[in-house]
Amino acid sequence: MTLLEVENVVKQFAGHRALDGVSLTVPENTVYGLLGPNGAGKTTLIRIINCITAPDSGEVRLNGKKMTAEDVRHIGYLPEERGLYKKMKIGEQALYLARLRGMSKADALKSLKYWFEKFEIQTWWDKKVEELSKGMAQKVQFITTILHDPKLLIFDEPFSGFDPVNADLLKREILELRDKGATIIFSTHNMATVEDLCENISLVDNAKIVLQGNVSEIRASHATNTYLIKTKKMLEVNGFELLDSQFKNGIYESKLKKSIEDSNNSLIEKLIKQTEIISFDEILPSMNDIFIKTVSRA
Amino acid sequence: MSKISLIIQREYSTRVMKKSFILLTFLTPILMVGMISLIVYLGTIKDDKIKNIVVVDKSGLYKDVLKNNESYNFQFKDATVEEIKSQNSEKSEFAALLYISKDLSVDSTAAVMYSDKQVNLELKSYVSGLLNTYIEEQKLASYNIPNLKEMVEKSNTNIDVKTIKWGEDGKEKEGSAELALMIGMLTAFIIYMFIVIYGAQVMSGVVQEKTNRIVEVMISSVKPFELMMGKIIGIALVGLTQFLMWVLLTAGILFGLSTAFAKDMDMEKIQKVQEMSQMGMQNMPTDAMNGKVQEFMTAVNGLDLVQIVVLFIIYFLGGYLLYASLFAAIGSAVDNETDTQQFSMPIMLPIIFAIYAGIFSAENPDGPLAFWCSMIPFTSPIVMMVRLPFDVPFWQIALSISILVLSFIGTTWMAGKIYRTGILMYGKKTTWKEMWKWLRY
Repeated sequence: MTLLEVENVVKQFAGHRALDGVSLTVPENTVYGLLGPNGAGKTTLIRIINCITAPDSGEVRLNGKKMTAEDVRHIGYLPEERGLYKKMKIGEQALYLARLRGMSKADALKSLKYWFEKFEIQTWWDKKVEELSKGMAQKVQFITTILHDPKLLIFDEPFSGFDPVNADLLKREILELRDKGATIIFSTHNMATVEDLCENISLVDNAKIVLQGNVSEIRASHATNTYLIKTKKMLEVNGFELLDSQFKNGIYESKLKKSIEDSNNSLIEKLIKQTEIISFDEILPSMNDIFIKTVSRA
Repeated sequence: MSKISLIIQREYSTRVMKKSFILLTFLTPILMVGMISLIVYLGTIKDDKIKNIVVVDKSGLYKDVLKNNESYNFQFKDATVEEIKSQNSEKSEFAALLYISKDLSVDSTAAVMYSDKQVNLELKSYVSGLLNTYIEEQKLASYNIPNLKEMVEKSNTNIDVKTIKWGEDGKEKEGSAELALMIGMLTAFIIYMFIVIYGAQVMSGVVQEKTNRIVEVMISSVKPFELMMGKIIGIALVGLTQFLMWVLLTAGILFGLSTAFAKDMDMEKIQKVQEMSQMGMQNMPTDAMNGKVQEFMTAVNGLDLVQIVVLFIIYFLGGYLLYASLFAAIGSAVDNETDTQQFSMPIMLPIIFAIYAGIFSAENPDGPLAFWCSMIPFTSPIVMMVRLPFDVPFWQIALSISILVLSFIGTTWMAGKIYRTGILMYGKKTTWKEMWKWLRY
């Protein structure tokens, strides 16, 4: 089921067009990735979804109905430019933000206690923000974003500033939130996380969507017909192109490119005749490669 | 609890809990009282060293006139000014040299005082007072009319025109132009300070939120207008709190001091003080002094204090709200604190103009400058306070307040529009043209 639809959104700023006819649909209970180089228009799109700026034309629909300011209250939004009051204590600040999102004091405290324990940051409660590092502050911001249990979560560059350990923690949390029924949209430059997390993506470049769809389908469609094959014996060229072959620990690892007419099965047939196959892998391009290829072409 | 009250609460509590606020709130009254007492104290201290005054009297008429007192000792010498000057060149043995060249009743400019320092006023008035009375007596005596001196003394009157205001109900109120002026200027100045100090706080608060990038987080859960108004109102309450604390603390300290002093000041001291004050105002009998105090009290009673206090609060808030929203708009349009100067100039100008208009209005509280400046909302909170103690017609007050209220609604609405766009703009230098565009956006 579709949760969020963006239809033909156009946004013009003085001198340049930030979004030019952007459309996308986010299915419920999935993780959606918004990719694109710097200045492509991702943040503008996210702001429009959050009703912070209004589009010049086009529409954003939630559950089939036009998005209103009231709906935005039920979104958990972590902006890219996120700050905290430097002089305020962490606990007070988290409580303040939670209450601004409409939680009662008691609910907010209970929920904060749970999350602070989960992220193992209980000792930070009385610290001031200026004592925290960027990554630490980010954890607090993440908590305040998801505290009121929103159905739709929008994270703008959630991984910037995190070390690998915390980035991993954040990934797990995002997947857990999805499993609990939330729908998540996030923008990022980190393509590895896209492969790990996202079901669907949109690649925005120069105000337009240049690539859109299911992550595995996109990767398959960008397939270069290359394979990594491990065999007992050295392969001989036979209706395919051998790109590389290495002998490691008694096993031959070969990279080969099949001809377009062949299917996977017909390729296997050709190989079986030569030797015993230990493993057969199609090399799909990484999202990183697809990103670079798509953006530099455009 | 609504969101705006949460914001107000945060703005208020974080500011009131700040060390600088607490320090300023408690220290200012102490400093104020300290300064006042220091001035009073310094005024009562007398230099107890006896100063020598050398007199060269060519006329020889004034030997008996110049009497020594506890401060000054007159020494008569027969030498020229130059001789004495050269004698005294190494070290001052005397404070001043009085040179009288001829009979003062013939030439009143014949007395000159020399000193290596500026001659102090007290000495000058003491000497000229002695000489004046003597010459006057001499002149009177020369008319050869019996009892003339007594007659002159009797005819000597001291007229003090009382000012009485007619109230609307025909009741008479005794007023004092001086007191009215004092109260008017004081309240006007407090409003001026309040607008400048707390308006600037609103501005820097907005700039901070913007540079710290808190705004985006906030904007997803509250409306920009709520955020702006919450800040403005919160800071207004901080200002009111500080002001009230100052009034209460100053009153408390003054009351405490006066009771403490009254206890350990015995009669002897009081008499001494009275003597001293009499010396200062030789011609003023004690009755007149008491009269002055009484006059002051009736003048205070004559002012409609309730009206002044109520209108003070109205203009206080009205003026602040008018300017604070403009300050907020500017804070939202710039990227950092240093850029604010360029934009705050056009806002500071009318405030500064207002305080000068207020000072000039005091001279003619019903003149055209005073009238128009107390109607224009950008100057009215300050100028009207100056005019108030001089009894402004009710319709003028009502009109001025209505204009002020309408204008601050207008500026707040305008500022809200600029603020809404401005707080999310980063990295671009804002121009006036651009702000105008945001306004119509």
